Amino acid sequence: MAIDIKIKKEFGRFCLDVSMQSKGKRIGILGASGCGKSLTLKSIAGIERPDEGYVNINGRILLDINQKIDLKPQQRRVGYLFQNYALFPTMTVEENIAAGLTGKKAEKMEKVHRMMERFQIQGLEKHLPGQLSGGQQQRVALARIMVYEPDVILLDEPFSALDAHLRDRMLRELLELLEDYDGTAILVSHSRDEIYSFSEEILIMENGKGICMDKTKELFDNPQWEAAARLTGCKNIVKISEASDGKYDILEWGITLKGDIPAQAKSIGIRAHDFIPIWNGTMENVIPVEQWNMVECPFERKYFIKSKAGNEDICWFVQRNLYDKIDEKGMPKALVVPHEKVLVLK
Amino acid sequence: MGEIGKILTSLDFSPLFISLKTGVAATILSFFLGIYAARKCMYTKAGVKAVLDGILTLPLVLPPTVAGFILLLIFSTRRPVGEYLYTTFDIKIVQSWTGCVIAATVIAFPLMYRNARAAFEQVDVNLIYAARTLGMSERKIFWKVVVPAAGPGVAAGTVLTFARAMGEYGATSMLAGNIPGKTGTISQKIAMVIQDGDFLTAGVWVVIVMVIAFAIVVLMNLVSGKKMKNIRHW
Repeated sequence: MAIDIKIKKEFGRFCLDVSMQSKGKRIGILGASGCGKSLTLKSIAGIERPDEGYVNINGRILLDINQKIDLKPQQRRVGYLFQNYALFPTMTVEENIAAGLTGKKAEKMEKVHRMMERFQIQGLEKHLPGQLSGGQQQRVALARIMVYEPDVILLDEPFSALDAHLRDRMLRELLELLEDYDGTAILVSHSRDEIYSFSEEILIMENGKGICMDKTKELFDNPQWEAAARLTGCKNIVKISEASDGKYDILEWGITLKGDIPAQAKSIGIRAHDFIPIWNGTMENVIPVEQWNMVECPFERKYFIKSKAGNEDICWFVQRNLYDKIDEKGMPKALVVPHEKVLVLK
Repeated sequence: MGEIGKILTSLDFSPLFISLKTGVAATILSFFLGIYAARKCMYTKAGVKAVLDGILTLPLVLPPTVAGFILLLIFSTRRPVGEYLYTTFDIKIVQSWTGCVIAATVIAFPLMYRNARAAFEQVDVNLIYAARTLGMSERKIFWKVVVPAAGPGVAAGTVLTFARAMGEYGATSMLAGNIPGKTGTISQKIAMVIQDGDFLTAGVWVVIVMVIAFAIVVLMNLVSGKKMKNIRHW
């Protein structure tokens, strides 16, 4: 199993430029809305035609502009799960699943029923998509893709229109349903939680560009790129001055921090949960807490702190277990920035 | 009342049958041509589409007499095309029922085409993309996915096309003429009897036409209304 993709396409001012190589079975593409994630998938499926590049799935060339190869979507063996599932509204569940199959009717129906059994949607054969729940629709859409035995399955933000609790359930279901699928599956999403649960490897995209690709764990632990840090949920990303004598300045916050930062680093990220509050003691490597406001959430408090010399908010998220201490002692005098938690970004 | 009864019993119903026959034939022709043209339009780029759409819609916005003039120019037996058809295939379009059908088709076709196109444009394009990735051929996608999904709009277009084709007057009278029992449609009959000052007979035909037209529109509303469940009341 291997995919090797390089795509370029211009849309007026927007330019899609992505490449991705992976041997992983579960790949995530993480990016903000409108960054070109869906366009990337559509190019793989043959719905969009890139200006330049190639798409190679398991050694099979689906597209190579230089070699003038451009298979029709019908020939690509690429399954595409749309956000709204795109079930054919006038066909029954059975007909939907059989839609892409060729061959004798009896054979087709046998395949369809085997697939329906596997996806536990027996009994819905004669139902129309409009009569199904969201979960059932997802199963039918996946069954319809799987029965066609694609080499790769593309999942285009399948949960973004759902309520939070439903989303978790559907994601779990999807992971289960994909368990015995041997091909590659690519999930596109703007939700880091979804991508984190799903993927072995993640591609980060921003403004049409592929920024970086890495194993999921590594990427979240050490994003390396500003865009990656932001998309993996890092709230504090700031420019730094050139480091000297093991010190560097953060102008936006008006503070100086200690620590060795590689010379080429342009900015750093600090996750909002990583600060350590102190009420007294040595004030080294700290951000003094002078002005702040707070947003109370069900399971955490979000403090937005401003230091006197700086003009950018510093986000500090506090979990329940610290509430008592803060209620008793008041706001801490400063937040320590643990050097080992500082993300060095390009 | 007696007089109306007398008219009804002695009425020559041939205009009704000619109109219905013309309407059905023109609707069948327009149905396939309109869907074909609408489908072609969906594959063309915006600039070409605008021009193509203009040409295809022209018969709807032109006075029917202009269409009649152009049709005569093409099909008159003294013109190349008409002459060729007449001498080679012994087909005479002018002053014949075929002429009625052609005139009605030309005039009613844009209704079918525009309604079909509007309906196709409403179809979720993801359905088509999904169908393609599932390996369905373009033809199968069109007839199995797009047309059924666009069903209510296509049905509405068909009914309107039939109504318009059945009532066609201007182009028909020029191309096919008003030969009783052959090309004499209801609309031509009404015009003729009014010229003779026979308002009572004209009135009877007017009522017949109005009943048919009304029934058609109500039928259309029922058919398309049933499928569009998401229509809200204001």
